[in-house]
Amino acid sequence: MTDTGRTERTVPPPPSEETGGGLSRRALFGLAGAGVALAGGGAAVGWAVGENASSTPATGVVPFRAVHQAGIATPAQDRLHFVALDLTTTDRVAVARLLARWATAAERMTAGEETAANGAVGGNPLAPPADTGEALGLPAASLTITVGFGGSFFDKLGLQDRRPPALAELPPFAGDNLDPARSGGDLCIQACSDDPQVAVHAVRNLARIGFGTTSVRWSQLGFGRTSSTSTAQTTPRNLFGFKDGTNNVKAEEPDQLDDHVWVQPGDGPDWMTGGTYLVARRIRMHIETWDRTSLQEQEQIVGRSKGEGNPLSGTAEFDVADLNARGADGEPAIATDAHIRLASHETLNGVRILRRGYNFVDGTDGRGRLDAGLFFIAFVRDPQTQFVPMQRVLAQQDPMMEYLQHTGSAMFACPPGLAGSDYWGSALLS
Amino acid sequence: MSRRTAASVLAAAAAAAVLAGCTSTAPPAENASGGQGGPIKVAAADSSCDVAVTEAPAGKISFTVTNTGSKVTEFYLYATGDRIMGEVENIGPGLTRDLIVEVPDGGTYTTACKPGMVGDGIRAAFTVTGNAQRSVDQNTLLAEATAGYTRYVNSQIEALVPKTQEFADAVKAGDVATAKALFPVSRTYWERIEPVAESFSDIDPKVDGRDDGEPGVPFTGYHRLEKDLWETGLQPDSAAMADALVADMKDLQTRVKTLELTPVQLANGAKELLDEVATGKITGEEDRYSHTDLWDFKANVEGSQAAVAALRPVIDEKDKALGPLLDERFAAVDTLLEQYRVGDSYKLYTELTDEDKKKMTDAVDALSEPISQVAAVVTS
Repeated sequence: MTDTGRTERTVPPPPSEETGGGLSRRALFGLAGAGVALAGGGAAVGWAVGENASSTPATGVVPFRAVHQAGIATPAQDRLHFVALDLTTTDRVAVARLLARWATAAERMTAGEETAANGAVGGNPLAPPADTGEALGLPAASLTITVGFGGSFFDKLGLQDRRPPALAELPPFAGDNLDPARSGGDLCIQACSDDPQVAVHAVRNLARIGFGTTSVRWSQLGFGRTSSTSTAQTTPRNLFGFKDGTNNVKAEEPDQLDDHVWVQPGDGPDWMTGGTYLVARRIRMHIETWDRTSLQEQEQIVGRSKGEGNPLSGTAEFDVADLNARGADGEPAIATDAHIRLASHETLNGVRILRRGYNFVDGTDGRGRLDAGLFFIAFVRDPQTQFVPMQRVLAQQDPMMEYLQHTGSAMFACPPGLAGSDYWGSALLS
Repeated sequence: MSRRTAASVLAAAAAAAVLAGCTSTAPPAENASGGQGGPIKVAAADSSCDVAVTEAPAGKISFTVTNTGSKVTEFYLYATGDRIMGEVENIGPGLTRDLIVEVPDGGTYTTACKPGMVGDGIRAAFTVTGNAQRSVDQNTLLAEATAGYTRYVNSQIEALVPKTQEFADAVKAGDVATAKALFPVSRTYWERIEPVAESFSDIDPKVDGRDDGEPGVPFTGYHRLEKDLWETGLQPDSAAMADALVADMKDLQTRVKTLELTPVQLANGAKELLDEVATGKITGEEDRYSHTDLWDFKANVEGSQAAVAALRPVIDEKDKALGPLLDERFAAVDTLLEQYRVGDSYKLYTELTDEDKKKMTDAVDALSEPISQVAAVVTS
C-alpha cells in the first residue's frame, strides 16, 4: 500500500453523531490527537486519511475506511481474536442491518472509542450497558476488524448467483483431521490488535450485537503473530522456533499484492473487486515430538537455519533461496522435500500467498501435552489456484507434516474496503 | 436454583401487601358481569372447551369453569401477545372453579382450556365490547402491570402447594413411579416464579439447593428427593424431606402475600428466568439425576413471558418495536421446545445432542438481548 496515487480514495470522516459525545477510551489517557506516527514507521505511508482530518492519526489507529479492508496488508499486530459465526436467520434485510450496525461499532472501536456514545457507563442505569466496558482506558491499540463471508452465507440467503466461484469448498487434504466444531462458518470476524484485551473486546461486542441474527460457531485466540506483512517489521517465530514469513508478500510490494492478494476486475463478481479470500487453518503442532528432533533435522525439514533464518543455500535471512545450490557433499543445500522448497513460488509455478497467522496455545489436551500450534491465515486472490495446489504439495510431501495436523478449516470472501456509509457487503446485499 | 450467592433484589421489596386487583379464584364479586346474567359457563373437557358466551362488555367478567373431562385442566383468558388477563389452574376432573377477570379495554381476546395443563390449549376468540372507566396514565399502567403479575404469582403458588403435596405423598407412600412422574410437574410451578421464590433467601436453598458437597450445608428439597428417586433409592429420611418441602412451600405461600413488586423487578425477573435457562437448564446442571431439565426450561420461559406480558401495555406505550420483537423471539423458543415434546412430557436432557443444545442457546440468546432492555424501556 505504498502507491498513494493509484487507487486510493479519500474518505470523509464519519458523521459526528457517531463519534461525538461518547467517552473516548483514548481521551482517558490523554493520547487523543497525539501526532505520533504509527509503530512501524514506513508502514503508515499511503493510508488514506480523511481530507478533513485535522491531524495525523493518533497513536495506533489504523484507518477503518480505505480501498481495502484493514487487517490484511496493514502491519500485522501481535494479537488475534478470530471468530466464525453462523446466521440464525435467512432474512437478508436483517443481515444487512446487522452488518451496518457492526460497521458503526467497528469504526468507533478501531478509533479507540466505545461501541456507542456513552456505551459503557453513561447510559440509562436500568439498562445493560451498550458497551461491555473492558476496553475503557485502553487505546485503539492498532485494532483492525476484518469481515468475510463463507460459502454457506450465500446458500442461506439465497444468493447463490452472487457466490464467487473462487469460494468453492476446499478439497480434503492428506492428513487432515478436521473438527466440524472448529471449521466453516457463514461469516468471520478477524480482530487484530497490539493488545489482546482490545481484540477480545471487539469480538465480544460484535458477537453480542449479532444475537438474534448470528451465533458464534467457533473462535480462536492467537497470542503472537507468525508473519510480518511489512518490511518494517522484524520476522517473528512460530512455535517450532523458526522465523516464519520471511518471504511473505509485503505491503511494500503493491504489484505483488495485486497479483496474489487483491481480487482484480473480471476475476469474479464485481462486488468482490478489491477484496480477497481468507483461508484459515487451525494447525495443531506436536511440539513435544518436534522438541526431541535434532537441530540439524529441524533445519533440514524447514530449509532454513534456526538462528539467523537464512536459507540453507545462503548466510543471511533475506538471501534469496537458491534451490539449485549444492553443499560440499554434492547434495542439494535445500533438501528436495524441504518446507521452503515445496512452498516456494518457483516450485509452485509462481504461486504466492500473504500469510498473517498467529501462534496459539489452547490449554492442554488432557494427555499431558500442550494444545498448541499455528492458526494459519492466508489472504489470496484465488484460493483454488493458490492455496489448494500449495497445500496439496505440502500435505503429500512435506516431512513437517509428521509434526503437525490440520484440525480446523474455513474460507471466507472478504469484500473490499468500506467507503462513505458502506458496510461490509453493501454492494453484495443491495 | 440460581448460582448467584446474593439474594435477588426482590428480597428488599418484601413489605406490607397492597394487592391491587383480584385473585384469580376469588368468589364472584358484586357487579361482576357475565354477559347475559350471571357468570359465563365453561365446560372444559379433554378435547373441547365450550364457552357458553363469546362476548361480554368491558369491566369485570366472571367465568365458572367445570372440568367435564378426565384430566386436570386450566382455563385462561389471554390478551394480545398471550398476556394473561386471568387464569384458574389445577381444576381436577368433576370440579368447578370461578374466575373473575378485570378487562377494562374492548377488543379481541382469547379463551383457552388446557387439559393436562400442557401446550397452548384449546383456544377460541372472545370479544369484549366498549371500554370500562379508568384513567390510563403511566402510573396506572405500571400499577396494573404489577397487580397483574402479582395475580400470576399467586395463581402459580396456589397450584404449587397441592402439586408438591401430591409429590410428597407419593414419596411417603414409597410409590417411586408416581413420584418420578410428579417431580417435574410440581417443579413447573416453582420454576415459573423462581425469581420471586428466590427472593426469600432462606427458602430457596432448602427447596432448590443442590448437592455441592460443602461441609455443614444440608442437602434438602427437590434435588435431594430427585437423587433419592433416581440414584440412591428412597432413604429413611425421604419422607421427612418430603414433609419439609411441603412445609416450605406453605411458608412461601404465606410470605409471598407480603411481597410488593415494582415494574423494574418484573422486568429483571423476566431476564433472570432466561439467565436460569442459559446457565442451569441448557447445561443440564439443574436436574442432574432425573434429566428433566426441559420441563424447567419451559417453565422458566413461561414465567418470563408472563412478566413481560404483564408489562406489555407499558412496553407498547414506550417502544412500539420491542413488543413484536419479543413476541417473535418467544415464539421461536416455543417452537423449538415443542420439537422436544414427547406426549405430555419432554425429552430427557441426556437425549439431546450438542446441536440441540446449540439451537437452544441461540434461541435463548436471541430472546435475552431484547428482554434485557425491558427494565429501561418501562421506566423511561
